[in-house]
Amino acid sequence: MATIAGKKSGLVWAVHISVALLVLLWLFPTIGLFVSSFRTADQISSSGWWAALFPAEQNEVYRAADPDDNRVADGDMFVVEGNIFDGTPRDIRSWGVSSRDVSAYQPGETAEMKDGESVTLQADGSYVWRGNDKQLSGRGQRIFITATVPPEFTLENYTTILFSGTGQDNMAKAFFNTLTVTIPATIIPIVVAAFAAYALAWMEFPGRAILIAAVVGLLVVPLQLALIPLLRLHLGIGIGKGYLGVWLAHTAFGMPLAVYLLRNYMVGLPRDIIENAKVDGATDFQIFTRIIIPLSFPALASFAIFQFLWTWNDLLVAKVFLIDATGSTTVMTNQIVELLGTRGGNWEILATAAFVSIAVPLAVFFAMQRYLVRGLLAGSVK
Amino acid sequence: MLSDNPALLGLTTIVVGVGACLGYFFLSNLFLDKVLFPASGPNAGRNINRANMIRPWLFLFPALFALLLYLAYPVFETLRLSLTDRDQGGAFVGLANYQQMMAEPKFWEAVRNNMLWLIVVPAVSTAFGLLVAQLTDRIKWGNLAKSLIFMPMAISFVGASVIFKLIYDTRPEDQNQIGILNAVWLKLDGGIGSVLMLQILPSILLIGFVVIVASVAWSFVRGIIAKGEDKSAWLLPLRLLVAGGALWLIWVSISSLVGIWIGEIPYGEAQTWLTLPLWNNFFLMVVLIWIQTGFAMVILSAALRGIPEETIEAAIIDGANPFQIFFKIKVPQIMGTIVVVWTTITLTVLKVFDIVFAMTNGQWETQVLANYMYDKLFRANDWGVGSASAIIIMLLVTPILVWNVYNARKEMK
Repeated sequence: MATIAGKKSGLVWAVHISVALLVLLWLFPTIGLFVSSFRTADQISSSGWWAALFPAEQNEVYRAADPDDNRVADGDMFVVEGNIFDGTPRDIRSWGVSSRDVSAYQPGETAEMKDGESVTLQADGSYVWRGNDKQLSGRGQRIFITATVPPEFTLENYTTILFSGTGQDNMAKAFFNTLTVTIPATIIPIVVAAFAAYALAWMEFPGRAILIAAVVGLLVVPLQLALIPLLRLHLGIGIGKGYLGVWLAHTAFGMPLAVYLLRNYMVGLPRDIIENAKVDGATDFQIFTRIIIPLSFPALASFAIFQFLWTWNDLLVAKVFLIDATGSTTVMTNQIVELLGTRGGNWEILATAAFVSIAVPLAVFFAMQRYLVRGLLAGSVK
Repeated sequence: MLSDNPALLGLTTIVVGVGACLGYFFLSNLFLDKVLFPASGPNAGRNINRANMIRPWLFLFPALFALLLYLAYPVFETLRLSLTDRDQGGAFVGLANYQQMMAEPKFWEAVRNNMLWLIVVPAVSTAFGLLVAQLTDRIKWGNLAKSLIFMPMAISFVGASVIFKLIYDTRPEDQNQIGILNAVWLKLDGGIGSVLMLQILPSILLIGFVVIVASVAWSFVRGIIAKGEDKSAWLLPLRLLVAGGALWLIWVSISSLVGIWIGEIPYGEAQTWLTLPLWNNFFLMVVLIWIQTGFAMVILSAALRGIPEETIEAAIIDGANPFQIFFKIKVPQIMGTIVVVWTTITLTVLKVFDIVFAMTNGQWETQVLANYMYDKLFRANDWGVGSASAIIIMLLVTPILVWNVYNARKEMK
């Protein structure tokens, strides 16, 4: 678009390739976690997750069936037939009969050993072992195979984290606690802020400009400053640590952004509609509920997503205002941090726990990305 | 019974909370219109005017109350607490807390690291964001690419910390490395590829950085000497500050440039990345850069789209190449947006807590102010020093606060 006249095909290819590389670089970390959450503890600690995506070569040893029980006479020789795989077939690349050369033969070939003894192994694992009376006795012939093992994934970690795990390994309770914190903390600020935004956008009163400037200022006040005074306040008036406190805190901390976003959007609504409604005798309350709210849906959705992501992903506010000494109200972010401390090496638990906690925001993100982008564009102070 | 079931409690809260809000607004309006100043009777006209003077405050009250109690009051209360000592029953101790804090090496470590974060994270995120915004602007699958790079915005700092801890993971020598960084590191062996990746490439980046810093600093310092520039008094300290900061940055860059070529590089040994002093700060910053690049990209991409087409066409006709168009036509036109993105990321950096808390908890010289404050408040239980460090964070935020308010007021006029 920008360089219609100066287009060079080499440059266009360079652009495509560099964007592809950047996207891969950005996705790579998340994919690592995602893949790891489907691997067992042994798999994770024995190889990098990137190796799990490709079939791996693996050496295995099998033994033909016990000849004394299974051999069948065939002329003056004996034959043992069977299948080395017990229900789980492998993709055999090569095989051998001696530990010194484990990949001497291809599937379907026959290994000739001393004095006419021979083994034939097919790709599906079935074998024919032929030899004389003395050769086919004692223990079964060893067969070494080199097989490619397809990538193997398991849902076991998710079962542990969501259902069967005990203590810290079970995230079910923390998941519901997080939901319990998030939903009221998303909805209530919207209601409160919408009224205030309407007043700041469409009502005339002295001090309006100063209030708007104050909201812009409060947008950037670090919430670190609020921790101690408010915790003291909550303990002082008997709210203590708990859901009520964290709801109040999230509601108030989200308020500047909510008022700012909604007010900016409402100011842009067509003046005619509102004035016509006033002429027709509608009260401010009616204008607000019947006209402003339905028209402001995109801005409400933008803020709702912000607030949802922020409260769901929050650690600090929950640690200060919610989680008490018993830890029964822990949220997912906090539990993951604790897991990092106690189970730092157990990546199957950590990866799965982290993925459970980021799955919901990711779903919301991809479903409502349009509103998120719109909110970002309106929310950054120009 | 209610408190036993958090889900039920949450549902009740939504119903009660939303109901109470709506009820408050509806009933207070009703009360105002029907009881206090009824729009009928002998004084109908005067009553309507009075009601309309009060109504905005009814609409504003809950939000204002929340803002004042939860954001404005704590600023002053924290300031007061930072001048008192909890152990002495909250007695006024003047600046003792600040003195105690300044005497702690851990505080200065946090300040130093915060400065590094403040320089590196906004700069790199904005640069990457601008790069991606520009590159994706003209290709068909640009929107898909943007949405994938934007995705980390939805991931919590804690989740991102776990993701990157896996990348930085270290296993003992005799085991397979499962962290990708160590797996790649062990592939480097001092050959030409390694020299290119670890010495030549970083050197080029560092030299580029020094050039940019020097040119920015020069454009500030020039004003002190040159004629015809704005010589107002309040600009002088700013200019000196920028010059000082730039000198420090250049010194750090040049000394690390020398370090790259002189130092022994421990090839073939798995590294515990998060315990390497100074370097580990950068490994933590990567997490935030990974998250914030998408934000910068979205805003800058919209700004790039908003550039008037004619300016670019004119440049093409005059024979400008794509790089000239980008740096001389596009970037100057979106400078305002770049500043906004930069300051917004700066604010995020100042408050960064979760990443450090989850990954190193400030050990191995990775402390930052927000985590230092948390340590003081909730581990050492020292409210005075904790509040003092919160005030330091507030002081660092204040210039941006003033600038934002100033711009917002200018825009409204």
